[in-house]
Amino acid sequence: MAARAITDGLFVTHDDGTISLVGGYSPSSGHFHFPLLDSCPYTGATDVETVTLSADATLWAWTAVTAAPPGYAGPVPFGFGVVELESEGLRVITRLTEPDPGRLVFGQRMRLVADTLSLETGDTAITWAFEPVAP
Amino acid sequence: MSARVEIAGVGIHPFGRFDGLTNTDMGVHAVRAALTEAGDPRFDAAFCGTAYGGVASGHKVLGALARTGMPIVDVEAGCASGGAALQLAAGAIRAGQYDCVLVFGVEKMPKGIIRSSFFEPWREEAGLAATPAYFALRAQRLLREAGLTKEHLAEVVVKNRRHGVHNPNAMFRKEVTAEAVLASRVVCEPLHLWMLCSPNEGAAAVVLRSATDSSAGSVTLASARLRSHLPGSVLGEATPLSGIDDSGITPPSTLAARDAYDEAGIGPADVDVVECQDTDAARELLAYQELGLCEPGEQAKLLASGTTTIGGALPVNPSGGLLSKGEPLGASALGQVIELVHQLRGVAGSRQVEGARVGLAHTVGRGANACCVVVTR
Repeated sequence: MAARAITDGLFVTHDDGTISLVGGYSPSSGHFHFPLLDSCPYTGATDVETVTLSADATLWAWTAVTAAPPGYAGPVPFGFGVVELESEGLRVITRLTEPDPGRLVFGQRMRLVADTLSLETGDTAITWAFEPVAP
Repeated sequence: MSARVEIAGVGIHPFGRFDGLTNTDMGVHAVRAALTEAGDPRFDAAFCGTAYGGVASGHKVLGALARTGMPIVDVEAGCASGGAALQLAAGAIRAGQYDCVLVFGVEKMPKGIIRSSFFEPWREEAGLAATPAYFALRAQRLLREAGLTKEHLAEVVVKNRRHGVHNPNAMFRKEVTAEAVLASRVVCEPLHLWMLCSPNEGAAAVVLRSATDSSAGSVTLASARLRSHLPGSVLGEATPLSGIDDSGITPPSTLAARDAYDEAGIGPADVDVVECQDTDAARELLAYQELGLCEPGEQAKLLASGTTTIGGALPVNPSGGLLSKGEPLGASALGQVIELVHQLRGVAGSRQVEGARVGLAHTVGRGANACCVVVTR
């Protein structure tokens, strides 16, 4: 049986196992957001449309987490950062598949991937991450 | 004209780790000292800052002192909890509701990376609740945008730890070298262990009183102003999962500072001494520009000139900062105010900032919550 999503509503899983992040767009504010909310987090407008977000991004900030934070049972160290989605310009907090900060550079091209994690319960779950794209 | 709010007494329980002591024990120590200094006044209300203290933390402290019956309000505003309590108390005095109010804060922080009910369980499971990692991302952006290096971060630690040597209420009282800071283990690049403050335990108390005279020579609480975040900053203390372009989004610390300066009728150039939120070394450097103490990108100049060291033109964190004291969330902001009161009274001993007459205290943290306090003499 396929592992469950880490929580509902963050992304959709396609037939080939790839994922797309699910966000919102408010035409009146002109802003995208993630995760999907029922009102725009920048203006409060309720005209939010559900959208799938761009899988292509550039790297805006990054580090590596070297000790397991509370409630986390996945591997350490793991990459952690902010990517800027190419089509929407939205900046998203994300796991990174690269755990060595020295191997990443500002503006590097990144791509969304599904990431399988162990949980404290012993189960596994799917979350999202971004991986560097070879130039 | 509304009443002048004077700081009639202060008391502190040292910040550190005290395995045998409860929040109530530490709170009693700090409150008793503050009330004694103020001449044991009758107070009309009490506000208690705490983030992790639990139900009725303030009542437990005042119950142990047999000083109950008045309204006791616990206030949670993350790292700014004590500042929020101070704003409520000062506002009530200015409005004429109360004459004398006790403000205190207590905290016993869990050890290790702070586990916060702020994060949904799935964010913890996904590794997205690593608080120091958010600090690290903000530090990396600041280094890039302000032309700073890790060596500058180490300099902040060296400065604050040197100041902290002289503070009997600090947790760490040993000087460190930049080499040793940079040799401490990397927690989250670019932040090394010694560049991060330790969450810890402590209590602090301040008695505020309406003063009709203007020449008593006591320290005045000129303003205490709390603000929250505006939407949009991906690396803001609100810790969202996404954000829009940050340009043009005023950070909560700047909002709070502007309000505090306005209410006190001063500007950043009038400040003689600052206690600011140095949760990590980069946070202090970010505060310099957020509080209007320098233009964005001028931090390296301030450090190189020694401006923010004791003896410089604008000493920052003469107490040693959170990097020396550690951070008991509910007590932290009041600990800063107590340091400034000692500085303005001229009784800060070997860490005295000569001639200090205007002090600024700044706390900021999750929520987002940011608070700025101006004290004058």
